[in-house]
Amino acid sequence: MKLALEQITHHYAGLPVLEDISLSIPAGEILCIIGPSGCGKSTLLRLIGGLERPDFGQVLQLGEPPEGCLNPLTYVFQDFALLPWRSVGGNISLVLEDHGIRGRQADEIIEDVLARTKLSDFRKALPRQLSGGMKQRVAIARALAVKPAVMLLDEPLSALDAQTRELLMDDLLALWTRQPFSGVYVTHNLAEAVRLGHRIAVLSRRPGKVREIIEIDLPLEERHHGHARLDEVQAHLWSLMKQEAMAADQELLDV
Amino acid sequence: MSDATLARSGQVPTRKVAFRGGGFRPVAKRGIGFVVFVALLLVIEWGTRAGWIGNLTLPRPSDVGQTLWALAESGQLWVHMQPSLTRLVVGSLLGVSLGVAVGVLIGLFSYARAGLVPLVAALFPIPKIALLPLFVIWFGIDEASKYALIALGTFTPTVVSTYGAVDNVDRTLIRMGQSFGLTWWSIVRKIVVPGALPGILSGLRVSLAIGIILLVAAEMLGAEYGIGAYILQAGSLYDLEKLFAGVVILSALGVLTSSGIGLIERRLLRWRA
Repeated sequence: MKLALEQITHHYAGLPVLEDISLSIPAGEILCIIGPSGCGKSTLLRLIGGLERPDFGQVLQLGEPPEGCLNPLTYVFQDFALLPWRSVGGNISLVLEDHGIRGRQADEIIEDVLARTKLSDFRKALPRQLSGGMKQRVAIARALAVKPAVMLLDEPLSALDAQTRELLMDDLLALWTRQPFSGVYVTHNLAEAVRLGHRIAVLSRRPGKVREIIEIDLPLEERHHGHARLDEVQAHLWSLMKQEAMAADQELLDV
Repeated sequence: MSDATLARSGQVPTRKVAFRGGGFRPVAKRGIGFVVFVALLLVIEWGTRAGWIGNLTLPRPSDVGQTLWALAESGQLWVHMQPSLTRLVVGSLLGVSLGVAVGVLIGLFSYARAGLVPLVAALFPIPKIALLPLFVIWFGIDEASKYALIALGTFTPTVVSTYGAVDNVDRTLIRMGQSFGLTWWSIVRKIVVPGALPGILSGLRVSLAIGIILLVAAEMLGAEYGIGAYILQAGSLYDLEKLFAGVVILSALGVLTSSGIGLIERRLLRWRA
């Protein structure tokens, strides 16, 4: 299944936030979206998954989602969005219950996704007992449980400290190499973008437009710290973004 | 040698940094409430015995105790408790369950909010006791009018606390539910209501206390038995021992419901830190 964004334009209270965005998300690839703060990256992601309606333009789903897919477009949120009154297992079963998956069948799925995110021992724990990194892994496990066609990740590592971020990035890479998934990864962190993105779309400051799309032809499993090619791309990204970020920083917030 | 000891060996004026944090954080101390209560009773007992509290000002606590004991022994206590408890339970059950339902509706639907919030605001400040004669006309002098009075009295505070609690449910959790394709009903049942439960339960403390207040009011008219009837009877005869015995029972009822809710909170809200 592919996704295509066609000329998306969006306003908030008369203020343009996104202008004429066209992008495509091919199957099995991760598209990173970067841009200065307030450029509408997160809004764009909400539009892609149908949590908001664009003023103009449309998001198209090309082809059928793969067999067994319960929720084609599945989010991983920055602030985890776990129900604090449900255990780790309960948070995952929440998204299965509405599809009529209960009992043994649900158990199997929960066991499987917890094993894949290295959380098997924490099935009965409550969210408040978990560290930030663990909470985000639960959210990722929950997303995997519905076998998404496209994962929509909204700054999933931004609420975590630097070390945890590094560990979770490795986990995400490992998950993708074991079983490639399509993804849209919104971030303001250039290092994350070059580690995980097959393509990187750079947005300008508000109103967000696509400034450039950069393709990195290096397989994800070969990307590691200090790789010359990645550093080169990152430097290029920064040169693109620096002016925008500075200008965005000077703007008054009145939204 | 460390820097600290070096600094100390020199001839510079040395002072310890004074502690200025702490406080502003009351914690539960076991048994203090009980001690205050007993101390107060002892002071009154002493005062009434020594004579610096006149026996028309306050009855002697030991006399009140004796009255209570006699009431329990004769079986009259249960005769008065049973109808009162039934009224309280039926009335507040009606009021609270309707209140939670209406509160959730106001919390979820714009039209319900626009239409019902002013109505609730208009109902809330009415002293329900003033409506008792009206209720007697509507529902008769029997139990129904008493249930209605207590139900109305517990309804309004429950509505207000419930819709406040629903408003405070984390919207990102609701978006999450929508993004996973949960049905509307699932979102309400599994996200909105559990998320609002802490607020609903703390509102319930207020509602039930109001329920107990109205219990006495409801028993002003056409009630032969009941704690309220007992108190009003004693009051009109200026029988302070009996009056206070009744008040003690009401207080005990208040403490009991409040700790009952505390128990429910501890069981249902274990997920909170």
